[in-house]
Amino acid sequence: MAGLLSKERIVAGPGFNRWLVPPAALAIHLCIGQAYALSVFKIPLSQAIGITHAAPDDWTFTQLASIFQIAIVFLGLSAAVGGKWLERVGPRRSGLVSACCWGAGFLISSYAVQIHNLWLLRLGYGVIGGCGLGLGYITPVSTLIRWFPDRRGMATGMAIMGFGGGAMIASPLSQILMDRFKSATSVGVVETFVTLGIIYFVAMVAGAFLFRIPAPGWKPAGWTPPTQASALITRNHVHVSQAVRTPQFYLLWVVLFLNVTAGIGILEHASPMIQEMFKGTVTASAAAGFTGLLSLFNMGGRFFWASISDKIGRKATYAVFFLLGPILYASVPFAGKIGSVALFVACTAIILTMYGGGFATIPAYISDIFGTQYVGAIHGRLLTAWSAAGIMGPELVNQLRQYQIGRGVDPAQSYNFTMYLMAGLLLIALFANLAISRVNERFHMSAQELDREHAALLHATMARS
Amino acid sequence: MSSTEGERTREGGMAAVVVAWLLVGIPLAWGVFTTIRKAALLFK
Repeated sequence: MAGLLSKERIVAGPGFNRWLVPPAALAIHLCIGQAYALSVFKIPLSQAIGITHAAPDDWTFTQLASIFQIAIVFLGLSAAVGGKWLERVGPRRSGLVSACCWGAGFLISSYAVQIHNLWLLRLGYGVIGGCGLGLGYITPVSTLIRWFPDRRGMATGMAIMGFGGGAMIASPLSQILMDRFKSATSVGVVETFVTLGIIYFVAMVAGAFLFRIPAPGWKPAGWTPPTQASALITRNHVHVSQAVRTPQFYLLWVVLFLNVTAGIGILEHASPMIQEMFKGTVTASAAAGFTGLLSLFNMGGRFFWASISDKIGRKATYAVFFLLGPILYASVPFAGKIGSVALFVACTAIILTMYGGGFATIPAYISDIFGTQYVGAIHGRLLTAWSAAGIMGPELVNQLRQYQIGRGVDPAQSYNFTMYLMAGLLLIALFANLAISRVNERFHMSAQELDREHAALLHATMARS
Repeated sequence: MSSTEGERTREGGMAAVVVAWLLVGIPLAWGVFTTIRKAALLFK
């Protein structure tokens, strides 16, 4: 079994079709993308005892929100810790561990719901599932970048698009399953969690076993690496332990953190925001349609912007986000003021494409700056920015809104100040992005270090065959 | 590898690619379709 999972075992032979790798990556990301659809369980879980209504001992929405927050924190932590390990053991083993964590997380959560234990639910979905999320998220990234050196953005965009798409599958699927399993004595969550856990485990294991890594020195047929040195794209490699000592790493962290903080602020409050800003015009079901529309733009933006970044460059892509973003955020209160639902929807939809695009473009940005050797590990450490933003973004919007309402501001206008603040945050991100430059040569791996790593892999592959 | 064997490998590779894409594409298309139907409520 150990041999079956080893990195050496999955070095692709000649003639391997690299287009098999994106579906493997998608299989994993479509499963872990369920995390964005956790809210579908909010009402059933808050009525797990009362069944038709919330009983006094039932969990509150605030208690349930902590499960998602813990999962996002452990996503970042496991990606940061597991990234270096992933580079050592390869995507198959890492994908399998991720499948075990994600599947087990659901099974433990199912038992937690059965015995009504919130701490066990936090441990199952939040901690163990969160580790599955983090490892699963970073697993395909470096492999895709090595298979698609000619289209790094598009390749990672495809996988990370799956994370957005996963929620679109999980949300209706969970609803169908809960409707199927619910009874007079159960809301159907226990059985739904078990079913989802099994489905996700099987799909993720299949994805993990489909992974192949290119042999050292492999490049796509007919493609030659650009001979002219670009201002930002390096042909060198930076070790993960050195990367975290560079200012570029922290500037990228700020860029990702601020982009996610701003986007999450909209995403989390989309439904109440549109209903309060356009009272009497937008119904609850139309608001649900609006959140669905935003998920489509969030997913589409991941592929669109990451692919665009292959043409215009990563720095320019983020510059577009941080120049266009503030205008759009500032236009949201204006849309409310003139009562234009169409303008509001258009602004927030474009904002959401840039939120998704920020996630999808960052791996290619990392590989441009730090090289491809440790891109998975560096990406993993950078994802702590997501964890931090996942906590801070919604909290910021909530607190500011409460403060505004406390000062007597009309609920319809209580989001205005937040929107202006988000626009300001994006301007700070613009400066951080502009400050990103080439990594100093002293951080580069030496030719001997690289040769040693390539020779070790080649030696192990040849010994196997 | 003979040219016939090579062609067979390529065809097999292409079939695997199509099957793999269908396996992830069909659930994703279903999810997108369901979401579009839900999103259409906004415009009613």
